[in-house]
Amino acid sequence: MTSPPGQRVPSFLSQVARIAAKDLQIEWRSREIVATMSFLAVVVVLIFSFAFVVGDARPAPAVTAGILWIAVIVSGTVGLGRTFDREREGEAIRSLLLSPAPRGAIYLGKLVATVTLMLVVETVLTLLCGFLFAGGVLQNVGRVALLLALGTVGFSAVGCVFSAALLRSRSRDVLLSTLLYPIVVPIVIAGARGSSQLLDTVSPDLDGALFWTQFLIAVDIIFVTVGLWAFEPVAVGD
Amino acid sequence: MNELVLEGVGKTYSGRRALRDVSTSFAPGQITAVLGPNGAGKTTLLGILSTLVAPTTGRLLWGDEILSRSSTARGAIGYVGHDPGVYGDLTARENLTLFAALHGVAQPAARGAEMLARVGLPDAPADAPVRTFSRGMLQRLALARALVHAPSLLLFDEPSAALDPAGADWLQGELRAERAAGRIVVLVTHDLDAAGDVADRVMVLRRGRLTFDGVTAGGFSAAAVRDLYREHTRD
Repeated sequence: MTSPPGQRVPSFLSQVARIAAKDLQIEWRSREIVATMSFLAVVVVLIFSFAFVVGDARPAPAVTAGILWIAVIVSGTVGLGRTFDREREGEAIRSLLLSPAPRGAIYLGKLVATVTLMLVVETVLTLLCGFLFAGGVLQNVGRVALLLALGTVGFSAVGCVFSAALLRSRSRDVLLSTLLYPIVVPIVIAGARGSSQLLDTVSPDLDGALFWTQFLIAVDIIFVTVGLWAFEPVAVGD
Repeated sequence: MNELVLEGVGKTYSGRRALRDVSTSFAPGQITAVLGPNGAGKTTLLGILSTLVAPTTGRLLWGDEILSRSSTARGAIGYVGHDPGVYGDLTARENLTLFAALHGVAQPAARGAEMLARVGLPDAPADAPVRTFSRGMLQRLALARALVHAPSLLLFDEPSAALDPAGADWLQGELRAERAAGRIVVLVTHDLDAAGDVADRVMVLRRGRLTFDGVTAGGFSAAAVRDLYREHTRD
């Protein structure tokens, strides 16, 4: 038996990157989570479009924003539900927790991967909403994208903690939504209100959207900080 | 390498005492077989040794350090359980490279290839995800994963449960090799013959209590282990 050459504890950020890259590598190969999330998101938008797009009539900006965020939350919940499935199968979570990677690095690695997958789906979603509902989505696409990205970080920050906590729960899919939705209400309100103000093609309220953007930044900081703290006790290998 | 010392270690789950006041030590270069009926606390003990389960009472000392989830010595633990502890969607090489990298092994890919050769999987399909592997191949990969960072403490929970006789013989050879390398090896098993074949020391647990803890210089015969087991697990 030979000892491994030159062993040294990797940096926190390199552990985060390794764990995120591993999740993205698996997803790139299977495209399982992104395909499921995208399908669900597109179905939600299409169902709403049947109700709200009649002839040349288009839904009001507030309605479009609501549809966009409903699709984000619903598809994101499905993605979060699968976030730790790969760790559970084959008990890879035990090997991961036994590695010198701090729990915080595992949490942030999973968070980065989840946010990346959700952003891929949201790109499709935003384009679809722009096409079906309102030109305003594409007119202020940078600001809308920023709101979506910030909302996604906060949503995933809470979701990753619950997903890890429910790792061994049989009814984790039901419990995840039940626990997650009440806590992410501020994110949904901020995202929907901010988006609504940007989607108004006649007089977009940029100051109002800026307020909600700043609000989401503050919520993200709180949620990620609490997530780092809460992940430590909930990530268990037994 | 230092002894691993347990001082009054106990674990309670929701009022049920899974392990009671266990005080013992594990020496480097020694294979300890932990025996006992189902529910005796064997897996709980292994969980505590791995730091994945926090003891309710007592403490673990490894050298000067208290071994816990936050101690740096955690990186020197290798664990082989019922499940392989690898990602089914990654290949064998990718799994080993990942865990070698997380443990800070330099040249993780080369180390992964080295470990695959050592456990007899040098020709593992390069592109095949490990979920397509047989149970025997998975168990070999699990051992490679547990050894990839050359741990000083090796924990095995029923490692030969799904192996055929040839695989079980191979595993015993690996356990002996690890003992020869001076590692602490703890083996939880129901296979009393295997315990007799490889163990230098036998511990018997019953209802969370350590009822026997003995070492012999020449090891135990399988018959002796069976007798010990019967005697110390009797109601």
